[in-house]
Amino acid sequence: MTQDKEMNVSSEANKGLKVFVFSPENQKEVALILKKYPENHQASAVVPLLDLAQRQCGGWLPQAAIEAVAHLLKMPAIRAYEIATFYSMFNLSPVGKYHIQTCRTISCWLRGSSELQSVCETHLRIKPGEVTPDTKFSLVEVECLGACVNAPVVQINDDYYENLTPVALKEILQNLAIGKTPLREEKSSSLKTLENQVEGE
Amino acid sequence: MLRDKDRIFTNLSGTSSPFLKEAKDRGDWDNTKKIIAKGREWIVQEVTNSCLRGRGGAGFPTGKKWSFMPKESDGRPSYLIINADESEPGTCKDRDIIRYEAHKLIEGALLSAFAIGAHTAYIYIRGEFVREARILQQAIDEAYNEGLLGKDAAKSGWDFDLYLHRGAGAYICGEETALLESLEGRKGMPRLKPPYPALVGLYGCPTIINNVETIAVIPTILRRGAAWFAGLGNQNNTGTKIFCISGHVNHPCNVEEEMGIPLKELIEKHAKGVSGGWNKLKAVIPGGSSVSLLPKDICDTVLMDFDSLAEVQSGLGTAGVIVMDKSTDIIKAIANLSRFYMHESCGQCTPCREGTGWMWRTLERIAAGKAHYQDIDLLNAVTHQVENHTICALGDAAAWPVQGLIRHFRKDLEERLNILDATQLAAGG
Repeated sequence: MTQDKEMNVSSEANKGLKVFVFSPENQKEVALILKKYPENHQASAVVPLLDLAQRQCGGWLPQAAIEAVAHLLKMPAIRAYEIATFYSMFNLSPVGKYHIQTCRTISCWLRGSSELQSVCETHLRIKPGEVTPDTKFSLVEVECLGACVNAPVVQINDDYYENLTPVALKEILQNLAIGKTPLREEKSSSLKTLENQVEGE
Repeated sequence: MLRDKDRIFTNLSGTSSPFLKEAKDRGDWDNTKKIIAKGREWIVQEVTNSCLRGRGGAGFPTGKKWSFMPKESDGRPSYLIINADESEPGTCKDRDIIRYEAHKLIEGALLSAFAIGAHTAYIYIRGEFVREARILQQAIDEAYNEGLLGKDAAKSGWDFDLYLHRGAGAYICGEETALLESLEGRKGMPRLKPPYPALVGLYGCPTIINNVETIAVIPTILRRGAAWFAGLGNQNNTGTKIFCISGHVNHPCNVEEEMGIPLKELIEKHAKGVSGGWNKLKAVIPGGSSVSLLPKDICDTVLMDFDSLAEVQSGLGTAGVIVMDKSTDIIKAIANLSRFYMHESCGQCTPCREGTGWMWRTLERIAAGKAHYQDIDLLNAVTHQVENHTICALGDAAAWPVQGLIRHFRKDLEERLNILDATQLAAGG
């Protein structure tokens, strides 16, 4: 899983962000995360903290953020680099406001994921791994997202869009382009209520 | 067919809320204290008697696994880890347990942790399940607020903390020792066994790692009794199981059924049949991407349990049933999986790191008709060089689908190469 992930320390984006500190709000979150693990095993928090840092940075991990997390956990920076390059959800270069991940694995493939991939590429005019010039969209192909009975599936930022057709996906992309959050089609109507409950917290 | 009164996951389709009030209406957290009062040994014995086999893929007897834990602590704490890193292609059952039946999992965590002497448990959930993790965290929080978790959990006298840990995208972290490495803050590279996690696991302490579905069925087994669970299904393959039916069917779904249901009945009753009818069936992968596919003639009669599927050189695995009709390019389908394993190999063992890519490239060449006949035998030989020669089972999992393809569909492979020869001849090549 490392083959398509490398750190480019001299990239413009990395040069532009030399210092990283967690926001005051996220520092509270950091404290909560650290409490989950025994005092002498704080390294366990490295993945959750990198995830938090990535969210703060708008969806990608600058080198400065990786080093800040390593420093916070008192681990050598190389250990944190290893983590950031190993796990596929860490992005080492900037992504679009809407990071689109199309599932390519068998259950989605059998139900038309290749067509969805073409829709993304033709509609957004980018290839996997690229960001649109207006930085609104980025596109990657990913392996099984684990929603196989609702295939084909596309993940956009934190959300799964399931049971998609090329027409539905195109509509979603058009809506996002004008800043509208599209409704997600679900096989069960209850999930919407359920998410309202979660968000109502 | 499973009777409604034997169903464990009554909210599997998410028609009701996963949260505490509705969960209690479904029978969760009903006098949990009384079950714990029966003691550790009773719980382990009951789970052993139920013949429950792990639902994560390998099918190891859960009671037996638990019995490996030290009976007396040597001063080190014990841990329970619940594996929710669901990433096996074709599998999405744990996701629905988490988002619709979260309290079965949380109550199961308390009961299982008590049974193995653990005061702390971690749920390792795959990073992509952001929404699901939020629901589960909310359910955990309300369990804490109600006194069902924490000090004197559910007034049982047992202190129990349950933490949710999100991964960040790595199929290999579903392998139990890779999961431990990941949870300790390292790359998810599997460890050599022995020592087994029950002796040296998380932070060097005794640890049991169980799948979400395994843990979530524990409360119901303990309430209704081992005999009830063991009375469902077939001998040594007992109880109910969630099957995920995806691919070319009219109604892809997750469904809880009795273990040992005929594959054909499963697909026809719950997935409303193969697209275009049963006769349009080409092959089925019965247990998630890691097991061998089955051609239609075996699918006609095979039963869906661990032993029946092992007999036909396949496996129940995670019970992710991937259905492919005759329109499927079966070589490309397996190549799709080979690419998955190439991407997910952690790179630690050479046979897997190199072999997975090699298998994928060769399959793509065959799919495109650009290979020689002898490449089929060479491909087969390479799968055997990968199988059993790696630290973890990912190498095996990458080899088996390819072996299955060659075993059952060699004719399709050869025909593809025939086409090339004919065109080459026509072109004077």
